[in-house]
Amino acid sequence: MKKARQLFAGLALSIFGLGLAHADYTLNLTEGVTKVSKDVHDLHMLILWICVFVGIGVFCTMFYSIYHHRKSKGHKAEQFHHNTTVEIIWTIIPTAILIGMAIPATKTMLEMDDVQDADMSIKVTGWQWKWEYDYLDNGIHFFSSLDEASNKARQKGSGIDPKTVPHYLLNVDHPLVVPIRTKIRFLFTAADVIHSWWVPDLGWKKDANPGFINDAWTYIEKPGTYRGQCAELCGKDHGFMPIVVIAMEKEDYKQWVEQQKEAAAAEANAAEKSWTQEELVAKGETIYANNCASCHMPDGSGMPGTFPAIKGSPIVTGDIKQQIEIMFNGKGMMPAFGQMLNAVDFAAVATFIRNGLGNSVGDMVQPSEIAAMQNATAANDDTDEE
Amino acid sequence: MTAHNNDDVQQKNRNLVRKLVLIVVAMFGFGYALVPLYDVLCDVTGLNGKTNETAVAETQYPVDKNREMTIEFVTSLNESTPMTFYAVTPKLKIHPGQYYTVNFIAENKTDKPLVAQAIPSVSPGLAAEYLKKTECFCFSQQTFAPHEKKTMPVRFVIDPKLPERYKTITLAYTFFDNTDRNQ
Amino acid sequence: MSAVIAEHDEHHDHGPAKGILRWIITTNHKDIGTMYLVFSLIMFFVGGTMALIIRAELFEPGLQFVDPQFFNSMTTMHALVMVFGAVMPAFVGLANWMIPMMIGAPDMALPRMNNMSFWMLVAGILLMASTLFMEGGGPAAGWTFYPPLVLQTGKAFPFAIFAVHLLGISSIMGAINIIATIFNMRAPGMGMMKMPLFVWTWLITAFLLIAVMPVFAGAVTMLLTDRFFDTSFFDAAGGGDPVLYQHIFWFFGHPEVYIMILPTFGVVSTIIPVFARKPLFGYTSMVWATGFIAFLSFIVWAHHMFTVGMPIAGELYFMYATILIAIPTGVKIFNWTATMWKGSMTFETPMLFSIAFVVLFTIGGFTGLMMSIAPSDLQYHDSYFIVAHFHYTLVPASIFVLMAAGYFWLPKWTGNMYNERIARLHFWLSAISINILFFPQHFLGLAGMPRRIPDYAVQFADWNMISSIGAFIYGFSQLLFVYIVIDTIRGGTGKATDEVWEDASKHSLEWTLPSPAPYHTFTTPPTKIPSEHLD
Repeated sequence: MKKARQLFAGLALSIFGLGLAHADYTLNLTEGVTKVSKDVHDLHMLILWICVFVGIGVFCTMFYSIYHHRKSKGHKAEQFHHNTTVEIIWTIIPTAILIGMAIPATKTMLEMDDVQDADMSIKVTGWQWKWEYDYLDNGIHFFSSLDEASNKARQKGSGIDPKTVPHYLLNVDHPLVVPIRTKIRFLFTAADVIHSWWVPDLGWKKDANPGFINDAWTYIEKPGTYRGQCAELCGKDHGFMPIVVIAMEKEDYKQWVEQQKEAAAAEANAAEKSWTQEELVAKGETIYANNCASCHMPDGSGMPGTFPAIKGSPIVTGDIKQQIEIMFNGKGMMPAFGQMLNAVDFAAVATFIRNGLGNSVGDMVQPSEIAAMQNATAANDDTDEE
Repeated sequence: MTAHNNDDVQQKNRNLVRKLVLIVVAMFGFGYALVPLYDVLCDVTGLNGKTNETAVAETQYPVDKNREMTIEFVTSLNESTPMTFYAVTPKLKIHPGQYYTVNFIAENKTDKPLVAQAIPSVSPGLAAEYLKKTECFCFSQQTFAPHEKKTMPVRFVIDPKLPERYKTITLAYTFFDNTDRNQ
Repeated sequence: MSAVIAEHDEHHDHGPAKGILRWIITTNHKDIGTMYLVFSLIMFFVGGTMALIIRAELFEPGLQFVDPQFFNSMTTMHALVMVFGAVMPAFVGLANWMIPMMIGAPDMALPRMNNMSFWMLVAGILLMASTLFMEGGGPAAGWTFYPPLVLQTGKAFPFAIFAVHLLGISSIMGAINIIATIFNMRAPGMGMMKMPLFVWTWLITAFLLIAVMPVFAGAVTMLLTDRFFDTSFFDAAGGGDPVLYQHIFWFFGHPEVYIMILPTFGVVSTIIPVFARKPLFGYTSMVWATGFIAFLSFIVWAHHMFTVGMPIAGELYFMYATILIAIPTGVKIFNWTATMWKGSMTFETPMLFSIAFVVLFTIGGFTGLMMSIAPSDLQYHDSYFIVAHFHYTLVPASIFVLMAAGYFWLPKWTGNMYNERIARLHFWLSAISINILFFPQHFLGLAGMPRRIPDYAVQFADWNMISSIGAFIYGFSQLLFVYIVIDTIRGGTGKATDEVWEDASKHSLEWTLPSPAPYHTFTTPPTKIPSEHLD
């Protein structure tokens, strides 16, 4: 069947003269890298084969009839219009087949539902349009958004061929790193609208609803990088919030955790040093492109009626304190960036918008000031271990 | 005038239309009735893991000292809610039947007063009905003065009737900024 | 009331009014039917143009033509226009034309309401379309209008909701009219179990409509009050729940998809016997199966929400209930096959479209069965696999059958035969291109491509390109249909006989009337009722 389908696919491709017979395409559901994903795959194949089998039966009968029972062949129509025995048979047999399908489906469903006895927990929060990950057991916390290369290439009229971008639209700046052979429990929630977290190799997707938590679990068998996307329409950039899961050996994972802690410390140091306006503006441009441009537009012109312009905005050209306050705490649809960006990035982008995009106020904010604001509240991290 | 279009048919039509319009109105009402029905359904099935919305009276349960389980506290802020919010004790080993008090800390980070509502949610949802709270900041809206930092206790018990298969329960709170709503 | 109607009737005895007023104030079921059909055909092209914008953007990875926000509003409007502007009105148009003629009635039971429901439909669709030009763009949260996302819609929001209300009221009035016609206007001797299956399926559809359209109206009204009047039905901050909206929506939404497919079953059950020259096999079981499907449609809604985080009992219940739908649907497919069996078939265009329907709808049914399996649905959900599934059950099903109905009854409506050669060309182009368009989408979904995205990873590029090519072939070949309709109105390939199709009058009453059907028919009820499926 797989061969036949590939043959069909190849045939279809050559008919269209696309010459893409060697391209990297998939036809079927992935088997994935967990027991559950394999079970789902097997279930999928079982039902698919039953459908193919029944379909062949029905279609053969129909086409036999179309071929033989036609007027042009002189076939005379018979006038029967019901047959109770046949009707009972073709009601009972499908019923039996359906029961046969429901049994393995129930088993797999029960297995997927059992989130108890997890070795670690990760809270996943959906945002327009990025993912936030909280490792509940060791306090690691970060946001994960579309990587820079994809983000540049995906702008309309960017002139960059997506084929030249590695993992176009399926790459992020901070991937989710997890150990293999560990039962990982995920808690899903959202900060604005509904999102849905889907990595096909894990075998499921789950909605992230604002105000509520959902759970799911996985146990990855094989180290590797597994990619997915948001599956629930969540607004303008729904297509641009991918998920990357890197599963590594337990030892490697431990090292990664240590690195994260060191990086956090380094970040704090960078915030203490004194930056020049040029340095901040230069750094801020990238931060703007990745975090702000999707609403306020790459040139800062905004979207009339929905997202205000940055260029010439009274807030951006006005008191810097007020601008930072809005950026830090959010307003309406604008998320609070205070905890989303580190102090350096925050100061960089805040300075950039005052001195770029057609604005030239000439002032700046030091990362250390932002760090002070963050520290004032983050003295007790909500994910600290007991 | 045709044989069909006589007064008799007119009368029948009118009666039928009246009944059908009644169905339409009833179904419109049914749409609204689904709202309380859904809440009832949530209570029965644990859909969405809603916990009790008002305080329950403190009743004594037999404490099961042999059974130990974990309760986790997870905090979130919706959208642009300008607060910090965390549980002092994010994780606790507990015995069903025994009362515990945990503290949550929330702070208004603006120069203006803030009204916020915390929404609880429990995972697994089916365990929600066994989690009883006698005191919680989520029972009503919380008002914060500018930069006010509050310590808010939650007192709860896990009903010992909770099925054995649950070993970890997560109680999540999300704070929503309701300031505009209250103006 | 009766006096007014009587006056109206006398007026109409002189034939249709002259000029544009004839169409605006008409209460004649044939005029209104024509208006519905023409309107739905126009909307089919409007919605189709939106689909082609979508497919053009998806032809290659990268953003070439539209912004993501506009793309979302295209997917949203494409669905709304196709569902509420094309498919539903087309079937109401067919009902208006055919139900009175099939049951031997002189007109619909409530002619003035009939006129009103049509113009309300036009108003609703125009209002909906106008939202595209408002500040912030048209609704872009998908046709399902899920909160909280839909609440972020710009100025268009209240207008979109109001448009949905108008469309809902229009459909409800149409449905009431159809029920009243079928219950009260049947010719003497036309028992319920003698009615053509098209009438039966429409009767059941009409009941679905009056049962669920008000629920939808309620749901969108709650959205409106949530946004403007501080209620919090779906807002967690006020004790509401966004998931509740999904439950209410799909309580409407699942019957709604059957509203689009049940009349399809009826038309096919009417066409296949004529060209197989046999009575319909299993008439009684067809009626029961339709009723059973309609009943099931009320108790399976949450299979659209397997990923939403339901308790296990809910997941299992909705899975089992959904699996059950395969039984009556299977019965129908077996019945159609058995109707063809040992017939004396000819393959004029209506029959070709009907056979293509049976085959392609079965494929759509199979993927539906696959998705009823909850654990696997956690993979299929919101991927292109579901896009492929519901398009298989709507385009090569509902749309193909609407085309079949068009060719089948055009000679009766116009008195002229259509051009069979071009019609067959239309069929073959449609049947081939529709599979090029939608079959690869199964592969895309299984490979992990989510739906409603304006741009995609490069491994999805090949199948998307093929799909887009199919879309353009399909879209442009539909222009042939417009040409054929206009050509037929202007004379076609000659006058049609009264019976049009060989021995058709044995099957249903409309074929006993002259072609074209006169402005007023069955002012005296027919005396002989066809009932070959009972003999």
